[in-house]
Amino acid sequence: MTTTVQKLAAPFKADTPFRRFNRQFFESKIATTGLVLLALILLAALFAPWISPQNPYDLGNLDVMDSRLEPGQMSADGKLRFLMGTDEQGRDMLSAIIYGLRISVMVGVSSTVIALVFGLTLGLFAGYAGGKIESLIMRIADIQLSFPPILIALILLALSGQGVGKIIIALVAVQWAYYARTARSAALVERKKEYVEAAMGLGLSPTRIILRHLLPNCLPPLIVIAALQVASAISLEATLSFLGLGLPVTEPSLGLLIANGFQYLLSGKYWISFFPGIALLVTVVSINLVADQLRDVLNPRLQTQ
Amino acid sequence: MLEEKKATQATLSVEGLTTEFHTRAGVATAVNEVSFSVMPGQIMGLVGESGSGKSMTGYSIMGLIDAPGKVVSGKILLKGQDLRAMSAEQMRQVRGDRIAMIFQDPMMTLNPVLRIDTQMTEAIFAHHKVSKSAAMEMARDALVRVGIPSPDERLMSYPHQFSGGMRQRVAIAIALLNKPDLIICDEPTTALDVTIQGQILFEMQKLCRESGTSLIWITHDLSVIAGLADTVSVMYAGRIVESGTVEQVLNQPRHPYTYGLIASAPSRNPRGQALHQIPGITPSLLSLPVGCAFRERCSQAQDDCANVPALHEIDGRAVRCFHPVPFESELIA
Repeated sequence: MTTTVQKLAAPFKADTPFRRFNRQFFESKIATTGLVLLALILLAALFAPWISPQNPYDLGNLDVMDSRLEPGQMSADGKLRFLMGTDEQGRDMLSAIIYGLRISVMVGVSSTVIALVFGLTLGLFAGYAGGKIESLIMRIADIQLSFPPILIALILLALSGQGVGKIIIALVAVQWAYYARTARSAALVERKKEYVEAAMGLGLSPTRIILRHLLPNCLPPLIVIAALQVASAISLEATLSFLGLGLPVTEPSLGLLIANGFQYLLSGKYWISFFPGIALLVTVVSINLVADQLRDVLNPRLQTQ
Repeated sequence: MLEEKKATQATLSVEGLTTEFHTRAGVATAVNEVSFSVMPGQIMGLVGESGSGKSMTGYSIMGLIDAPGKVVSGKILLKGQDLRAMSAEQMRQVRGDRIAMIFQDPMMTLNPVLRIDTQMTEAIFAHHKVSKSAAMEMARDALVRVGIPSPDERLMSYPHQFSGGMRQRVAIAIALLNKPDLIICDEPTTALDVTIQGQILFEMQKLCRESGTSLIWITHDLSVIAGLADTVSVMYAGRIVESGTVEQVLNQPRHPYTYGLIASAPSRNPRGQALHQIPGITPSLLSLPVGCAFRERCSQAQDDCANVPALHEIDGRAVRCFHPVPFESELIA
């Protein structure tokens, strides 16, 4: 008797949305590789002070004698081997990259999260309320999107000056409109569904309908955009830093490291720009691989069954 | 004296309800001067084709008409209180607590990402200050009442783990949670197969009789009305064209439209003969014919039909027609 019950219950429990998601996500080897790479990058960024050979921000550590050493050479005092060479101040490139990754990822993720929350709130509200409020919010987003992102970021940074907080604000200003637009269109679709009407019929408050009913159902497309936007925020921040408008020299991100080595590139000292460039590339590609797979799994229209 | 008055007061009384949609193409009057009342424990059927305004009547009562639509006139009295005079917040308090609504598609009325217990308890919390455990107990009782086996396990499930019939039972259980005075059912069994439909109809009828809850059953299915309702109102192009008890209206329809509707039911036609149909199509609400809206499809129409007929009483039921169908006894089911 108990066995039959278990047999009947087994398929009923096997296919929770979470398990189905897991199964579909790890079907692709490329995406799995991307996820592993991304996990390694995030761990490296998170534990930078413990794993990097040197603290690249501590000027007392650096020795002018070590400047512009090729990869694999030893430091002048013979204590450290520079696996990726050093820059002009004698900074270990590997350490600088790990710390630079930390800043790049931090800026990319935090600006994306803030922009997501901001854009999502505005978009859901616009989609639910409709009318003039909706038109106003969406026209602002349209105007915003008609300018190239880098132009807006450049203008904002030129006006406000450098700093981690300021670049995050600039990146949020560039990104929020994407989320607002997607959230609004998702909210418009969901709002027409009967469960929202039923929730209104139950006399639930508008806040509750937006937060508990609309929000979770609008989230899948936004998760995908957010994942892709982290990559583009990181590369936009690198671009701005490369142009000298991003982060201050005291806290070099990947973009700034590339910029620092740029002048030596033609004199054969490739490593100063090359390795940070590779780190940036791998980060952006692994995020994109994961995001692509997320899009395939979360988009019901692309599903084969 | 007072108690007697209480007992005879209608749960819902709608007087001259008119709902208009102001679109770019013009003004569409989806609900036109609709009046009816439902007594406690009574089931009223609201019948009509698609676009006749029956669902819009339901939404108007609930105060759920979205722009560009608007209830422009009329009274909606719930136990004597005018719902149209209420503020948005007061109206929110009425919805789900004193009037509940059950929608057509059970696949769509439950939120796919929330567990059943969340969806049921939030309906209670929206109106009553009770503890979490008390709310869960109420939710469990409601599931038992609509005949859902192993309710404790079911409370912890997501909507996708339920079949269509089960989901509609859950939707009904949610409607019953706050013991409303009135439940508006917008074709709740149309998407279900006949056996499940039968069970649900039976249970709804039983629940109504037991609790004194009134029911407005919106449908295009006359056989459902015949088995379930006490009274019936037939709508055409936003107006009620005939209303009375089920026996009167379905057995001896007097309005030509009701007559045609009943004659169109396939089972009424002898095998081998062409099925009966009403000629023409439902007119667009934006370009209704002058006078009686059914005039152009009506076999009885004469010149005076160019005026709008008033609803008047003919042998115990109200009919909106100058030339009612003569009494025909052979039409009895």
